[in-house]
Order: sequence, then structure tokens, then C-alpha cells
Amino acid sequence: MKRIDHAEASSKFIKATDHLDFHDKRLWDLRKKRDRVSEALPEWEQLRVIASAIKEHTLTHLGDYLEEFERNAIANGAHVHWAKDAAEHNQIVFDILGARRAKTLVKAKSMLTDECEMRPFLEKRGIVVMETDLGERIQQLDDEPPSHIVVPAVHKLRTDVARVFADTIGTDRNNSDVHYLAESQRQHTRPYFLRADAGMTGANFAVAETGTVVVCTNEGNADLSVNLPPLYIASVGIEKVIPKIEHLGVFVRMLSRSALGSPITQLTSHFRKPRKGTEMHIVLVDNGRSDRLGMPDFWYSLKCIRCGACMNTCPVYRRSGGLSYGATYSGPIGVIIDPAFDLRKYGSLPFASTLNGSCTSVCPVKINIHEQIYKWRQVIAERRQLPFVKKEAMRAAGKVLSSPKLYRAAVETAGAGVEHLPRIMMYSRLNAWGRQREVPAAPPYTFRQWYLENRTKK
Amino acid sequence: MSTRDEILAKVRASEPPALALPDLPRFATKGGSTLDGFKAALVRMGGKVADAPADGDLDVVVRKLFPDARVVCSATAEVTGNRALGDVKAPADLADVDVGIVRAAFGVAETGSVWLTEDELGINALAFLSQHLVVLLDPNRIVGNMHDAYRDRDRFDAGYGVFMTGPSATADIEGVLIHGAQGIRSLTAVLVAPPRV
Repeated sequence: MKRIDHAEASSKFIKATDHLDFHDKRLWDLRKKRDRVSEALPEWEQLRVIASAIKEHTLTHLGDYLEEFERNAIANGAHVHWAKDAAEHNQIVFDILGARRAKTLVKAKSMLTDECEMRPFLEKRGIVVMETDLGERIQQLDDEPPSHIVVPAVHKLRTDVARVFADTIGTDRNNSDVHYLAESQRQHTRPYFLRADAGMTGANFAVAETGTVVVCTNEGNADLSVNLPPLYIASVGIEKVIPKIEHLGVFVRMLSRSALGSPITQLTSHFRKPRKGTEMHIVLVDNGRSDRLGMPDFWYSLKCIRCGACMNTCPVYRRSGGLSYGATYSGPIGVIIDPAFDLRKYGSLPFASTLNGSCTSVCPVKINIHEQIYKWRQVIAERRQLPFVKKEAMRAAGKVLSSPKLYRAAVETAGAGVEHLPRIMMYSRLNAWGRQREVPAAPPYTFRQWYLENRTKK
Repeated sequence: MSTRDEILAKVRASEPPALALPDLPRFATKGGSTLDGFKAALVRMGGKVADAPADGDLDVVVRKLFPDARVVCSATAEVTGNRALGDVKAPADLADVDVGIVRAAFGVAETGSVWLTEDELGINALAFLSQHLVVLLDPNRIVGNMHDAYRDRDRFDAGYGVFMTGPSATADIEGVLIHGAQGIRSLTAVLVAPPRV
């Protein structure tokens, strides 16, 4: 597996300053919207504590809740399947489609299906898969993965979308009016809803008490995907289970406020039983989740409700774009989930962070994201996964910092260097810090020198 | 060992030490009437509110709101329309409906949402294939917030149910807000009690 180098991958994104500026502003705008609505609720922090506690309770009793969910889903007339990994998930979906001779599938946004790389698997086997969420559709047509779990094409400007649509669904290349583009996708997709053999969604929440799959969307594409075709498949990560219907009150109040700054998504859909004469299948997926459940330092990451608030606030994510992370889950949550999938491939991600902790403070379920980022760094260093340059730099720094004499000598030399070195030497390739920053001017003396001069008895 | 047993065994072996389920306190909504709250919230989410007709003629209300509508399909006997829902064989046959009319089970003031199930919709797809939706809502059946809504478990026995809040929408392209993404282009709530039986 090719190792992802986040810093390198993001350099291309950073060069495109129009895109970078827009991306940064757009996501920060979502952060501000989130702040406005959360501050308007006096009980916000209390809800975070409760949401976190519900998730933690559920995860520590996950086996029982999964069985309860399955029992009730089956009693409702749904079929329940279990997939231990991505490959098994994809095969199960393909087999369900095959049994019903289904050839066309309309699907709502599901990060789990992206994680399992389901679409290429099905397409190779002759299934036509139509992504119906506008952002996911743009990415599908552009043969790019989604860059954000809530707004998949946030890294694209309208001119990019105009180009993609012109090349694929025959729109006017020179018309980048957003209403025109959105209407074009609506009209192009609608016949697929009407004719599809099967529809698919993920799950925001799976209620154990009733066997209900809850899907939160704004576009209406989940409801169209499920309420038209005769076959419905829901892909559900095992960590999506919550105990009772009443708990939805907490999570529904928090999800869209955290994600987009609106009190609720336009559609909050509850799929419980198949319509008369149709079939409903639920695929419960592990794919590394039970492994993570057993990691004392990292199991809290399973509380995630996929709101994306951490991405919107993260200065690194905002200025590098989700695609730089090379994984379905990017931004802060991606940084703590992806190394559990593949430590070697994603070992650079925990270093794509300033550890500012903003992610932790906005997380509606109180995942201690920045603490887990730090813990992953330790794991990576211990497993000798640090890149050579970083390891040597850390080793050298450790020597200097642990010796007062060496430290003082280094500080004085650095100060002199900043003052006297020509720019071409200061900002050479070795100075990674200086690539986009001015090195600050060295102060005239160190604190220690000042202290010795002014505070010690003469 | 089936995959199911394998996963459950692995999950149970990995479960961290048990943590208790918290109690859910009652969260009261801010002061002010739920009706006013509902209207304001719905408008904020891109929905519209129409006055109840003084003479009770809802057909006229619908015609006035959508004078150019060719196909009008109502799931409630309170409005006549020109496409009988009972005649519709397949959900996809509703694709040409301009205006759908439904009566919601109840509303939520906090968010401006209405709750619709297969009982209210007749055919679920009516609420998504119609270009525009008119939702009749009894002003006395509006609860304060989502906790109030979810507290009554019996409401959620339906095979399909949805909290609809305004029209379908997206801001996936440059954050520009579009109403009428894949679903309805507009939602108009008419606050009127059902006729006495």
C-alpha cells in the first residue's frame, strides 16, 4: 500500500490559491453557523455530555444492542446480513442485487459504501450505480473520491462543476450558474429514480429498540432511492446503533447544528419496514470497528456521528483539502480512524495537525480527537514508522533540549544566524518552517541573560 | 462459525468496561407560542406558511397558490385535486404531479418540521415526486421540540416516517443554497384543523 504523504499531497491544493481561499472561507463559514446555533441553545454543552454518554454506554454494550437491533429488524420484515469486512459487504450487496436481478442502483450518500469501495466492485460486475447526492454525483462524474463527509465537492468551484457536467452529462460548459447546474443534475438523475431496480442508503442512526434505520439528508435523494424501487439495501456500520427512539431527540438536535448550522436536516427519514410487496435488507458492517473497540486509547472514535464539524474547524483541513488525506475519512476524525485501518499507509496523517484542540471542542459527542492524534504519534514513533528525516530531527532536538549547555549554545547561534545569514541560506530547502513563513527576528537577549542581569544578586 | 457469530464474539471480547446509560432530562422550549415558533422556524428553513381559508375551502387555497398546476394529487379528502391517489398503481406514476397535498400527523415548533408517515401519505413517493407540497397542519398538534416529538414511541411504529422541514435543498456547489434539490421545490404549510367528523 503506497504510503500517504499528506504534506506532499496538499502542496498541489495549496498552489491553487483561488480554490484554497474559497475552501478555507466556506468551511469556516460552516463553523460560524455552527457556533451561532449552538450558542442559541442554553443546553448545548449538556446535550454534548448526554450524547457522548449514550454513545459510550451503547459501545460498551454493543453486542447486546446489535442483537436487539437485529431481532427487531427481522420482526419488521427486513433481512439482516453481517459483513466482517469491505469485501464481504460488497459481495453481500452484489448477491442481494443478483437474487432480484437488479441491474440499476440509485444510492444516497454513504461514507461506509465509499470506505468499502463498493461502487467500483459493483460496476465491474455490470451494475449501474447512480450517486444521487449532488456532491457525490459531481465526484462520481469526475472520478474523484469525496473530499468532505457532508459536502463532498466543497473543494470545487462552480467552474469546475460546469466543466465536469459539460464533459459527462452534456450541459453548457460556459454556464456555471449554480442554479442551472443543480437543476441539470436534478433532471438528469430523476429518470434513474423512476426506473431503478434497487435503492441504497447508509445510516446515521440504527435504533435498537425498533429496528429503525434513520437517514438525515437535505436533498430528498434518500427518500426517493428507498420509496420508488422494489428493493432497499441499507449499509450500517455497527457503531451506528443507539438504544432507543427517545435518544434520537438528542442526536437529531445535534447533527445538523454541528454539520451545517441548521436545527435539522430538511429530511429526517425513518425506514422501519419494507413497503408491501418490496424487500428491505440491512447489512451490518464491522470492517475494523470491533478492532477499534478493543483499543483503550482509540475506541472513543467510534462515537462519531459523521457531522464533519471537526473538518470545518481544522486549520490544516481547511487549507489542505480532504483529498490530501488519501482516505474516505479525512480531517481530524480521519486522522484518528485511518491509522487503525492501515498504520503504514496513514502514518503521516497524525502529523497533519497543530494539536490546537479545536476539533475536540466542537465534537458533538465529545471525542477527544486531539488527544488521540497525539497518542497516534506515539504509537507511530514506537512502531518505527516515523520518516527518517523527522526521526533524526527529533533525535537531534532531544539531545539539545536535554542539555542546558547545548541548548544555550544553540539558542545563541540561532539568534546570530537569524541576524546574519543571507536569505538564500535561511530559506533553503532544509528550512521547512520557512517555506511559507518569515522566521521571526531574534530578540536582543534571551530571558536567561535578562534574568541573570536583572534579578540575581550582584 | 458464521460471520454474525464471529463479529458478535469479537465485539463482546473488545467491549470496554460498562458505562451507564444517562437519564434524559426534559428540555423545555423557549417561551412564546408553539404556533409562532413553528411558523418562524419553517420560514427559516425555506418553507412557506399560508393562511387557513376563512370559508374552509382548501381547493381554492391550492388553486390560488399554484394557478399553473396541471396535475394536483391529494392524499387527504379535504382537497379534491385531479389525480386520484387510489388509481395510482406504481409510485413512479406520480412523477408528473405538480402539487401534492397531505395532512401531517403533527408539527415541531423548534425546527418547523412536520411528521408524515405512510398513513398520511398514502403513497410515500407523493412527498418526493411532487414538484410542490402543501401540508395541512392542525395548529393544536404542534409540540415544542424534538425531545417532545420523540418521547412518544407509538408515533414511530410506522413502516416509513419522515420529519419534513421545508423544501428539499442543497448547498453542495460553492455553498449556494438551492431549493428543489432532488425532492420538492417548495413546501407550504396551511395551519388548519381537520374537519370535525
